[in-house]
Amino acid sequence: MDSEIIWRIAGGSGDGIVSTSENFAKALMRSGLNIFTHRHYPSRIRGGHTYAEIRAGPSELKSRGDGYNFLLALGDSFGRNQKIDSAYYGNERIKPLTENLDDLNEGGVIVYDTGIIDIEDVPNFSELVAENNWHVYPIDLRAIAKEEGRDIMRNTAGVGATAALLEMDLSPIEALMKAAMKGPIFEQNLSILRNTHKMVSDTFEFTHDIRFPTGEHSEPQALVSGSHSIAYGALDEGCRFIAGYPMTPWTAAFTIMCGLLPDVGGISEQVEDEIAAAALAIGASHAGVKAMSGSAGGGFSLMSEPLGLAEMVEEPIVLLEAQRAGPATGMPTKTEQADLDHVLYTSQGDSTRVILAPGDPKEAYEQTRLAFQIAYGYNLPVILLYDQKLGGELRNIPVSFFDREPNPTMPGTIAESDLPNAPHHPSGKYHRYRYDAPNGVSPRSIPGQKHGRFHASGNEHTPEGHISEDPINRVIQVDRRMSKFSAIRDYIDSQDISTNTEYGPDSAPYGILTWGSNKGTIEEAIDRLNSSGDPIVKGLSVSDICPFPTQQVTSFLDSVSKTLVVEMNVTGQFQGLVKRHLGAYGDQLYGLLKYDGNPFEPAEIVAGFEEKIIGDN
Amino acid sequence: MNTTFSAIGENRTVEANEFTPEIEPQPTWCPGCGDFAVLNALKKAVSEVGRSPEEVLLVTGVGCSSKISSYFECYGFHSLHGRSLPIARAAKLANPDLLVIAAGGDGDGYGIGGNHFMHTARENHDIVYIVFNNEVFGLTKGQASPTSLKGHKSKEQPLGSAKDPIRPLSMGLAAGASYIARTAAVNPSQAKDILVEAIQHEGFSHIDFLTQCPTWNKDAKQYVPYVDVQKSEEYDFDPRNRVEAAQMMYETETALSDGKILTGRYFIDNRPSYQQEKISRGSMPKEPLAYRYTDQNYKWERSFNYVKNRHT
Ligand SMILES: Cc1ncc(C[n+]2csc(CCOP(=O)(O)OP(=O)(O)O)c2C)c(N)n1
Ligand code: SF4
Ligand SMILES: [Mg+2]
Repeated sequence: MDSEIIWRIAGGSGDGIVSTSENFAKALMRSGLNIFTHRHYPSRIRGGHTYAEIRAGPSELKSRGDGYNFLLALGDSFGRNQKIDSAYYGNERIKPLTENLDDLNEGGVIVYDTGIIDIEDVPNFSELVAENNWHVYPIDLRAIAKEEGRDIMRNTAGVGATAALLEMDLSPIEALMKAAMKGPIFEQNLSILRNTHKMVSDTFEFTHDIRFPTGEHSEPQALVSGSHSIAYGALDEGCRFIAGYPMTPWTAAFTIMCGLLPDVGGISEQVEDEIAAAALAIGASHAGVKAMSGSAGGGFSLMSEPLGLAEMVEEPIVLLEAQRAGPATGMPTKTEQADLDHVLYTSQGDSTRVILAPGDPKEAYEQTRLAFQIAYGYNLPVILLYDQKLGGELRNIPVSFFDREPNPTMPGTIAESDLPNAPHHPSGKYHRYRYDAPNGVSPRSIPGQKHGRFHASGNEHTPEGHISEDPINRVIQVDRRMSKFSAIRDYIDSQDISTNTEYGPDSAPYGILTWGSNKGTIEEAIDRLNSSGDPIVKGLSVSDICPFPTQQVTSFLDSVSKTLVVEMNVTGQFQGLVKRHLGAYGDQLYGLLKYDGNPFEPAEIVAGFEEKIIGDN
Repeated sequence: MNTTFSAIGENRTVEANEFTPEIEPQPTWCPGCGDFAVLNALKKAVSEVGRSPEEVLLVTGVGCSSKISSYFECYGFHSLHGRSLPIARAAKLANPDLLVIAAGGDGDGYGIGGNHFMHTARENHDIVYIVFNNEVFGLTKGQASPTSLKGHKSKEQPLGSAKDPIRPLSMGLAAGASYIARTAAVNPSQAKDILVEAIQHEGFSHIDFLTQCPTWNKDAKQYVPYVDVQKSEEYDFDPRNRVEAAQMMYETETALSDGKILTGRYFIDNRPSYQQEKISRGSMPKEPLAYRYTDQNYKWERSFNYVKNRHT
């Protein structure tokens, strides 16, 4: 019997797949299981095949699974072109079933809605079922829903059927429904849930092996996505201003912030474009408020110039960059890690920006806080680079993880009371950009403070901010801005949080190196590779892209003979970055790349490792 | 009164020369440049309204005109070509007690920053926006700008520009600016008065300031003789009437192409500013957000409560 369920609910965009799956995931979490979700959706509002996948099991989960074992196919109620095979999109109604058969594991369960899906339309269905030993339960979910309530409530019927087939207790599901719904809507959903559960239990003889796994949490859990973690990290660092323009997948974090900020007396602004968005963050920060902006890669292209401005005027801001498959509009709802070079190198001149790439929702929370601490401690822009995968995946985290003190401080800003005794130009202007600032960080004053006036300029400038092309001043100012990095390196290293994570047995002869959201997936692959006996492989997941953790990566590469570098892009951008810093290790790096828009499954990394590292012997 | 931003609200007598920076009292604009007039008028206007240098944030773009942030003593921010407005309006949201002025050239504001102009006007932020309109790109040596007349010649337009100029006042009106005026460098007292009104106006004040560029727009007029549409007998319209204002703007813009200089107040509207709208909707705090960070007693909200309530 499988010790975990990997449940897919598939339907049309607009059919309520997301909210149904989130509630079900929460019910599973409340029942004591660990959760990891994955979403697939098209860039359309209505229609188009979409699915949400929940992996749930008693032990810690760090990745989506390999394939899945339970399909709830609701049919696409907005599907076009039914029965017209020659149409561009084909028969969309059946896609929630047909598009998901490839990944369904042997022995898996299929529940489909006979109210929408005509099984005659699905080619070779019975052959496939027999070949793969699938267990099929056709149910008219739509009719059950209509009988008690409305058509759309067939999602609830599907959940009821799922619970019956898994022999799962309904009470956590009912409790969640009660909290989320009111009056007749709740009553109707409740009877649909119960009726379907009873009908399925009474009518079908269960031939499948998959049952609800038992698990227990030692403390209360919260189900959060990377986007939530980022927003909460920002909130706890006292960020009270966000400006942005919608672009998937950054919109998720933007939306959460826009919902939170009015509640805490903050300001959110949806503006005309991303140039404005980044510029607004600069303006708000300049006037003394902790501020952020962000976008996907496309909008980040527009932020290139304001980003450089923030570097030049040393304005603290935090920018999010949520990657999706590019170039141009690319694949808006698909994941990729191909904006690393973009974020590192965009904007003219030598850059002074910090880039952090968290690996999971916990890191996303902690590193967002770190991003604000660095920005407002060292007066420069910090970019949090993540992707559709991390932004959208839900995982359970102990609630206590978030029980932390807020930190609204801005150590890089001078208090008004310190201004009279701070260095000034004889004309009375404050030395906002003083040469001899410790760690290169010259404290900023804020408009409205007495004795703090200075000139901020995107042009090179003197200590008081006056435009200057004097070569001596130029070199001093460039060197000072650059000198912040060694202090920032020390600051990151001194923090008791997860940034660059080593994983697996020290003595392993080979390595897997990755960055960002692949962290959990390589860890699961490492466990599997090592499970058969001797330690073979260990991993390092890098989060600090800039400043690069040269020492840590060096000692990792020194300790292994060959390393697989795993990333979701075609040009091996992270491998390129490693070589830029550590060229001598180039020969021992082997790239494993994926760029089809979907995240790695652990099995793909296991196979890649066996082929490229072991097979290469 | 706020004790950590004590330059704000001092209510003292301010002299115009307090805005002359000791560090570079003499601007490096070409002799005869119209930009000097904006600087002088601004010093007089800001002192007249009693705001002192350290409660003023002057955000500029890039161009000859945008250098004004170096020549006007205050908190200055010389930003990027075309980007003064989004920076200025966010600073105003962060601290509405500041006097926030944005300024730049016609290329800066009507060309590369045109989208920000449209949206900042639409939103009616309570800031003053001064466009130094010299009908040319000054800093980059004389190329046609959005306001250059058809036929404007430069090395980049050797046969003369084939484009009609945009209509800046009409654009401001259509976009939603709530105070719109045009003045000219040759008329210092009108310029000062208009700036004072613009500062006192609550909402987005758009001032199209005609500033001659003798270096790159030689055939261009010195913007004389000018006519003040409020003082002239020839014109009779109500700047509080949108339709009449639109008509007068159209006439004024067309007249400029014919070498006739009309100036004055074109549109005055008292719709609520953006910040008033936001505050009334509860999407902006009443107390300036900037002060919260220096308030030792503020109880900062934390995410833990949201996690407990929404995610378990
Ligand atoms: C993104 C960008 N593009 C081009 C420039 C070069 N540039 C600087 S000022 C300017 C035009 C200036 O004209 P205007 O805004 O009318 O100001 P003026 O110099 O006439 O006062 C240009 C094209 C720049 N600084 N940045
Ligand atoms: S080039 Fe024209 S706009 Fe620039 S300073 Fe000289 S006269 Fe003024
Ligand atoms: Mg110009």
